[in-house]
Amino acid sequence: MSTMSELISIDGVCHTYTPAHGREVLALDNVSLQVQRQEFVALLGPSGCGKSTLLYLIGGFLPVTQGSIRVDGKPVGGPGPDRGIVFQHFALFPWKTVRGNVLYGLEKMGLPRAEREERARTFIDMVGLSGFEESYPSQLSGGMKQRAAIARTLAIDPGILLMDEPFGALDAQTRGLMQAELLRIWRGSPKTVMFVTHDVHEAVYLARRIVVMSARPGRVKAVIEADLDRADPQLTKSRAFIDIVDEVWSLVREEAVRAERYRAE
Amino acid sequence: MTHLKALLIRYSPLVLLAALWEIASRSGLVSSLALPPLSDVAIAWLDLAKSGDLWTNGLASMTRIGAGLGLAIVIGAVLGVLMAWWRALDRLLGPLVEMLYPMPKSALIPVTALWLGFGDASKIVLIFLGCMLPVILGAYNGARGADQALIWSARSLGASRLATLWNVVVPSALPEIANGIRTSLALSFVLLVSAELIVARKGFGYLIGFLGEGGTYDAMFAVVLTVALLGFIADRLYNALVRWGFRWQQ
Ligand SMILES: Nc1ncnc2c1ncn2[C@@H]1O[C@H](COP(=O)(O)OP(=O)(O)OP(=O)(O)O)[C@@H](O)[C@H]1O
Ligand SMILES: [Mg+2]
Repeated sequence: MSTMSELISIDGVCHTYTPAHGREVLALDNVSLQVQRQEFVALLGPSGCGKSTLLYLIGGFLPVTQGSIRVDGKPVGGPGPDRGIVFQHFALFPWKTVRGNVLYGLEKMGLPRAEREERARTFIDMVGLSGFEESYPSQLSGGMKQRAAIARTLAIDPGILLMDEPFGALDAQTRGLMQAELLRIWRGSPKTVMFVTHDVHEAVYLARRIVVMSARPGRVKAVIEADLDRADPQLTKSRAFIDIVDEVWSLVREEAVRAERYRAE
Repeated sequence: MTHLKALLIRYSPLVLLAALWEIASRSGLVSSLALPPLSDVAIAWLDLAKSGDLWTNGLASMTRIGAGLGLAIVIGAVLGVLMAWWRALDRLLGPLVEMLYPMPKSALIPVTALWLGFGDASKIVLIFLGCMLPVILGAYNGARGADQALIWSARSLGASRLATLWNVVVPSALPEIANGIRTSLALSFVLLVSAELIVARKGFGYLIGFLGEGGTYDAMFAVVLTVALLGFIADRLYNALVRWGFRWQQ
């Protein structure tokens, strides 16, 4: 089924949560997806459809119990710095400053001190947090925390980037800047990106392929190609762009309605 | 300056209480045998200080607290975190901790005296055993409460399991460990004085008992007040230290 150029290969993955108290939840049902090396894939779907769960499985945080997930041909074991993740709720170390958070992964890489400091400064600067190096997460706004988390993950330069609504807490303006920045980084050193978002416009702007998931239990409903010229400054006003956004929108809306009805029952 | 003024206002009721004490005792409202005037107590304190009795006994007491509490904090924190991290150890020690935690620790006084005699060792072990439990419980709960996403973050940034324990689980547990230590600090004074009152030849508790039996109540009160003041100062200092250590918490 999979060929050599596929970096992430997800085949027939199901995931059931079995909490200590409360009932079981089937979060993912027979999900299959192949992601090419250096591909930028967006993941869309109604809340609770298992987008985060899928990222956690790829990241190696949750065990794959049914189906298989292979990265570079090997089944995923535990987590590792080859798969960087930006969590939906940031997960910054609260006892470390912004600088300390960004330095953590660099220390684990074993870089010499001067180089660590240099890299940390570069990435903090890139996400627009210079001047807040010595702030603790509790002193930052939601959007600033999100940017600090992004800097921390980008700094270790992982081959695979798993991003869980990384721009969700940002205002429209900062969000636009960060999107452009992410594309610039991706062009500079192409990574394989899996990007979860609720924003259809953002998905089409960033990703070559857009995966729309169905309401719980999560399945792959549709995969849409968005082979657009992202260097074109007029891209978002082009016919092709608007058509794809419309197409994705109607798919997402169908599922949102289904999810709503499901909840009402 | 305003800080000092705020402190003075905050503790002014104590000054009032001291004045009431002096008046009640001097006027004969309360028998001066039951409550010697505060000024007499102060003079008795100076005498005790001059004779050196206060210092030798105080030093003995503080050494016992320092050793017992120090051991309790180090061993308790390590045990608590390991119990949270390692299920087998939890199974082994969990029931023991649950059973011992609500026990009145003073019940151990005769036991440690029987095992270790009247000297320092019995007091140190008593304080160690009694004070270790709140620290274990704090460390255990704090480590169990460590945010899953933080552990995952560390792992995906390249930290080994052991590094994650040290870099994430331990710092997550620290605030609860600090709460446990605060409970233990108060408990250590209770255990120390009780034990020294009953079975000792040195220490604040011994001195209080000795002076009380001899009928020198003003001196006895002087030692009681000294212990109270030391406990109060220890608690305040500890609080300041914790606030500084956890300034990231806001
Ligand atoms: N730890 C857990 N225990 C039990 N059920 C869980 C757990 N985590 C998630 N679930 C359930 O699994 C389903 C998928 O959750 P997941 O967080 O992956 O959704 P999501 O698509 O990321 O949603 P959102 O867009 O709101 O972030 C949800 O229905 C949720 O209730
Ligand atoms: Mg999610």
